[in-house]
Amino acid sequence: MRKLLLATVASAAMATAVSADDVKIGVFLGFTGPIESLVAQMGPGAEAAIAEVSASGAFMNGSTVTAIRADTTCVDAGAATAAAERLITSDKVSGIVGGDCSGVTTATLTNVAMPNGMVMISPSATSPALSTIEDNGLFFRTAPSDARQGVVMSEIIMERGYNSVALTYTNNDYGKGLADAFASAFEAAGGEVTINASHEDGKADYSAEVGALAAAGGEILVVAGYLDQGGKGIIQASLDTGAFDTFVLPDGMVGDSLPEAIGTDLDGSFGQAPGTDSEGAANLVSIAGDSFDATSPFAAESYDAAALILLAMQAAGSKNPADYKGKVFDVANAPGVEILPGELAKGMEILASGGEIDYVGASNVELIGAGESAGNYREITIKDAKISVDRYR
Amino acid sequence: MEDLLNAFFLMSNFVFVPAIAYGSQLALGAVGVTLVYGILRFSNFAHGDTMAFGTMFVILFTWLFQSYGINLGPLPTALLALPFGIIITIVFLLGSDKLVYKFYRAKKAVPVTYLIASVGIMFVLNGIVRFIIGPNDQRFADGERFIIKAKTMKQFLGTAEGVSIKVSQGLTVVTAIIVVMVLFWFLNKTRTGKSMRAFSDNEDLALLSGINPDKVVAVTWILVAILATIAGTLYGLDKSFKPFTYFMLLLPIFASAIVGGLGNPLGAIAGGFVIAFSEIMITYPYKKFVAYIVPGDWKPEGLVQLLATDYKFAVSFIILVLVLLFRPTGIFAGKSV
Repeated sequence: MRKLLLATVASAAMATAVSADDVKIGVFLGFTGPIESLVAQMGPGAEAAIAEVSASGAFMNGSTVTAIRADTTCVDAGAATAAAERLITSDKVSGIVGGDCSGVTTATLTNVAMPNGMVMISPSATSPALSTIEDNGLFFRTAPSDARQGVVMSEIIMERGYNSVALTYTNNDYGKGLADAFASAFEAAGGEVTINASHEDGKADYSAEVGALAAAGGEILVVAGYLDQGGKGIIQASLDTGAFDTFVLPDGMVGDSLPEAIGTDLDGSFGQAPGTDSEGAANLVSIAGDSFDATSPFAAESYDAAALILLAMQAAGSKNPADYKGKVFDVANAPGVEILPGELAKGMEILASGGEIDYVGASNVELIGAGESAGNYREITIKDAKISVDRYR
Repeated sequence: MEDLLNAFFLMSNFVFVPAIAYGSQLALGAVGVTLVYGILRFSNFAHGDTMAFGTMFVILFTWLFQSYGINLGPLPTALLALPFGIIITIVFLLGSDKLVYKFYRAKKAVPVTYLIASVGIMFVLNGIVRFIIGPNDQRFADGERFIIKAKTMKQFLGTAEGVSIKVSQGLTVVTAIIVVMVLFWFLNKTRTGKSMRAFSDNEDLALLSGINPDKVVAVTWILVAILATIAGTLYGLDKSFKPFTYFMLLLPIFASAIVGGLGNPLGAIAGGFVIAFSEIMITYPYKKFVAYIVPGDWKPEGLVQLLATDYKFAVSFIILVLVLLFRPTGIFAGKSV
């Protein structure tokens, strides 16, 4: 009898080892901090993909997937590093969706993910520096690098017939990265950047900064800042003093609160922000329903980041980062059957039967270079104090 | 000729108009600091946050009036809310005097003790303001925005440059002039004002001649509350209200008061304008200005800027150090610090 029991227990243990399991995925985003309003939509975006895969029953012999949240704070590298340590050593996650802001992402990648051999797929870190960082093949992002945005912005400005611009950026990793990327792209295309000056966020008065920008000259002003912060102050002070009438607004400046605050004086200003009008984006909106806003910036990228980790695990047949990190490119890019949000179960089945997939997802995922999205942008113009989309590029 | 006009307009738009408005705001703040120093004999570090405290209540009352649909047409509603903010600030300052400073006065404490006590009050105010209205930017300006708009002026005159004057800037200067005139009339002509000056000049002699010290102290705090709330509200209307920037204002305000001579109200006003003009003129890039006044091909390549705008606050520091080194009593003879 005792032998029989032992044998049963042993066989049961063996059965779980080869079949169903519970895979944990870290959702490592800035639930508190400067982008908490965006993360409120990004977190549920990632968790929607995880829940969809978990419920499908097609993932790794019917394994379930659990999401575990951790806070990057967006700005505090120390707190983010500690949170990432906890995810890996205590929660024993098998992959991380995150981080969100470029600074904390870089810190956790070098200090935690690389020593522990953990895969990170960031939905929103856009600093060009992350393209060239040493990552042992562990880091990917579903957000495009700002190097790409710089080129897109330069093309948009050139197409609208401007050749000389003044440029100001918010003094941090994001602002500096984007400003440098844009300046080199614009100058390479034959344009002139009259001044490339930083501004600090959170000041009461930007008339001195605007004085410097106006003195340098330029037909229009490129404001690589934040719409609720210094960026708005710069635009307001420029309009007040008549220094500039038209502004170029990159992703950090595109939001409804800016035209609401400034009014019709902003009409004619233009810019770009990540986004697509693809079928996948529409799919995600219907999956999201009322639970989160799938059109919020980086919500689609978050869904895609979580989906990519799980698809790569399925393709490798293992939840070990060392095994599946090489599969991320395979599932994200052609050839294979195109997979949209809501079709993750289908993707899992194709992979299980040895087929190939091309994950398109909600943000038209196409990984290039060191593992980052090629990037799709919507070009916008402000008309009647409202943002209107001109086209997608 | 047109180039000279353009150069003048350019300087007016980016240097003179903002500097005069900023100078008026600093002057009002510095007069408050100097009054406390002259009469109560300590440097009140809580002044910046007193400004924030008063302005916060002005904002809250402004929002209340706006919700009732009350406004002043082209002028900001905040002017209507100003008296209410002032009253609450007076109550707070008199209360803090009774709770904190009175104790040290009875003990005849040395000035540095008051100074540290005022730092404590500063932190309390810091907390109260952030607790009630939060640490973020608040905009409460309404009514017309501009007296003259640069764009309109350019079209009207056909010049390349124009001057913008905001309602808040015009209002700041006019209010500052009125407030300063009333203050000087009060200090020089009324009985209470004269007794305050006597108290400031020689405390013992003033007490001997029957001046009531409690009254002098109370009137001083009332004046400080009025000045601080008005200065804070004007600054908030012109720029924007954020508790942290009011705390940061402490440096240029003290620099103004010290440059002008601590304890000397006239000096504080002069000091305010000296600091404002230096901050703006030293960090302004003169590239375009020079291009207008020199022949065409002499146009400078660089920005012709003495200091980057990031170093604006450093200017107040440098002036402060220079004044303390070479003329410790300030431009107008005040008290040595």
